[in-house]
Amino acid sequence: MTEAFEVFKTYWIFVVLLALSGVYCVVATRNLIRVLIGMELMTKAATLIIVVGGWVSGRMVLAQALVINLIVVEVVVIAVAAGLVVSLFRKNGSLDTRELKNLKG
Amino acid sequence: MIVTCIVLGLMVLAGLWTVMTRSLVRSAIGLALTSVILTVLMFLLGATMAAVFELSVCAGLITVVFISTISMTKALTHEALLQKTRDRLKRYWYLPALLLVGGAVLAFVLAPLPPGGALPAPATVDFAALKQMIWKERQTDILGQITIIFAGVTGVIVLFKERKGEKE
Amino acid sequence: MPLVFVLVPLIALLAINLPLGSVGRKLGFPTAALLALLQIGAVLAAPGAWLGSPAPSGASGVAPVVGGLKLAFSADRLSLLLLLSIGIAALAALCVARGLERKEDRGGESRFYNLVILAMAGMNGVSLVTDFFSLYIFLEITAVSSYVLIALEREKEGLEGAFKYLILSVIATVMMLTAIGLFLLTTGDTSFAAVAKAVSAGQAGTGASDWTLLLAAGLFTAGLCVKGGLVPFHAWVPDAYSSAPAPVSVLLAGIVTKTTGVYTLIRLAGTVFAGAFHIELIFLVVGILTVVVGALAAMWQKDMKRMLAYSSISQVGYIVLALGAASPLGAAAAAFHLFNHAIFKGQLFVNAAAVEAQTGTRDMDELGGLGSRMPLTSWTSVIAFLSAAGIPPLAGFWSKLLIVLALWKSGHPIFAVAAILASILTLAYFLMLQRKVFFGKSLEKLGSVKEASAWLVVPALVLALVSLAVGLLFPMLWNTILVQVPGI
Repeated sequence: MTEAFEVFKTYWIFVVLLALSGVYCVVATRNLIRVLIGMELMTKAATLIIVVGGWVSGRMVLAQALVINLIVVEVVVIAVAAGLVVSLFRKNGSLDTRELKNLKG
Repeated sequence: MIVTCIVLGLMVLAGLWTVMTRSLVRSAIGLALTSVILTVLMFLLGATMAAVFELSVCAGLITVVFISTISMTKALTHEALLQKTRDRLKRYWYLPALLLVGGAVLAFVLAPLPPGGALPAPATVDFAALKQMIWKERQTDILGQITIIFAGVTGVIVLFKERKGEKE
Repeated sequence: MPLVFVLVPLIALLAINLPLGSVGRKLGFPTAALLALLQIGAVLAAPGAWLGSPAPSGASGVAPVVGGLKLAFSADRLSLLLLLSIGIAALAALCVARGLERKEDRGGESRFYNLVILAMAGMNGVSLVTDFFSLYIFLEITAVSSYVLIALEREKEGLEGAFKYLILSVIATVMMLTAIGLFLLTTGDTSFAAVAKAVSAGQAGTGASDWTLLLAAGLFTAGLCVKGGLVPFHAWVPDAYSSAPAPVSVLLAGIVTKTTGVYTLIRLAGTVFAGAFHIELIFLVVGILTVVVGALAAMWQKDMKRMLAYSSISQVGYIVLALGAASPLGAAAAAFHLFNHAIFKGQLFVNAAAVEAQTGTRDMDELGGLGSRMPLTSWTSVIAFLSAAGIPPLAGFWSKLLIVLALWKSGHPIFAVAAILASILTLAYFLMLQRKVFFGKSLEKLGSVKEASAWLVVPALVLALVSLAVGLLFPMLWNTILVQVPGI
């Protein structure tokens, strides 16, 4: 178990780096679509962690079932998010995140 | 172990490229590339079924979603694009630096196994067991899936439908 | 068979959407309202019938077999309380929507009812699941329905509010998924029971992967704090609440945020993370910060709904603060305040909808003296905010008292005092709201304002009555309902 755990730690580093990239993308971008891309990157990091978790604890079947469910749910979320982005584009005429400053206070 | 580290590194690099690349379309392709490398990793770990799913859905379907979104929202004009690239690099160079520092700190703190240790062979998982798991054990989740698909369809209809008089 | 709470809305949804043409559309409101009423009725009439669904044992998926299906839903008294709140808040939101429906929009309105039914199914699921991953799925159902509901009118404001909610919600989701992965890593299972076992074992000092479990618990809790709009993750709340269409605000403030955020915290704190890792310290600090920041920010607002949004943040802080007491009394107080908040905050948003519908503005500087023109709205508003500020004999007084008592008894007197002081702040900003909007001199341009239509006033009246009734009858209710809640 400990040896597998060591391997997990290696995976963990890279997962964190990937997640960080995703968060950075969401925060630092001025383009609405890039925000979605950043969200997808973060989700990939989470998917990998679930798979690694299943591998380390030996419950690969459960992990795969979870991942498959997760992918379906995330597709729905991204589809709705894309819908929001397209609607925002139609209303604002641009994909600039700085246009989202109407609500303040 | 070395193979895994290399593939992991490739994945993070692909992610980095996805974030930092200038063009939106390249970013979407970068996302697909990251998905492919993730699929490879999942194969290495033994999650074959889920890997196939991930490949077809994330590297396939989601890329299609992104490309259609990009085409539905007309591309920026060349002028605006140039303007954005000028201050873009200023904002984005933080990321690789951040990743390097972060990676170094984490590696130091966690002190993983030095390369050379063997990756324990993953147990082979057969399709029947997975089918059993999804349909018998996690039926609550299946119910949730159905519900969320309805929610998604409703959402897409609401958000994508063009009302008369809205298109200028 | 708590499964019905999720299955019936789904079946109803199918039923009203399959028939093409206008028949299906007209059925939207009655069906949704019927579902909400049934939910309220089912919980009140026969609470015992839903309980006793055996919780799954250690291994995942050992759930009661119902007609060949094995579904891991189980209800306890906390779930029932939430189901009741969901039914009430949904009914209020539906009435407001019906009242604001315009004749020419008949076609599009069915989407609203569909989405509300879906959100109800999602929230019911949240209250009934016994597994972290299923929790994630039903949280996402609720979230997706909310995004679309906020953006329903496809105006700039709503889209923007929905998008901001989306961003933070996805970050929260990723944190929760990572936590689930870590739970899988350390315990090989994602059900509540398994993780609870691992946490209590970890407390005993055994287990090499202690830090992963701690990290997982922390990540999951942080994700829930984002969903619940606690400080410092509350940035999306004012935008989402104020930009959403009026009935959606009622639903959001009344129940959605609370279900996805604090209800799950109450459940986890009580059962799974029971006192582990000094999690109560986090609750105390986050709770009191949320209460104070929310209250202070509310005083500066000009937009009525925005002020109510900050007030909601503040009240949700109270719920988390109560959890910080780490005692059964604290959990009961938290649950009770959750219910009360659904009632009085839902009602305040109904009033806001009425005011906005009749005057066309939410800016409090432009309103004034509506008390004489909209008497019912005004008086129900008074009852609601007295309940919020914790004035006897209304329901809010009792829940705030319980919170303060729980904090005091578990040895955190400073926080108890802070909670009381913050109540004064609450009273202050609500008085300001009342004075600005309802009392005071009447402006000429508001001369033709009349009381809002029945659909908007009746829910307000009913909710106010509930606040009053629960408050007056509280000593009786105490023994029958609330004492049992933490005994999960």
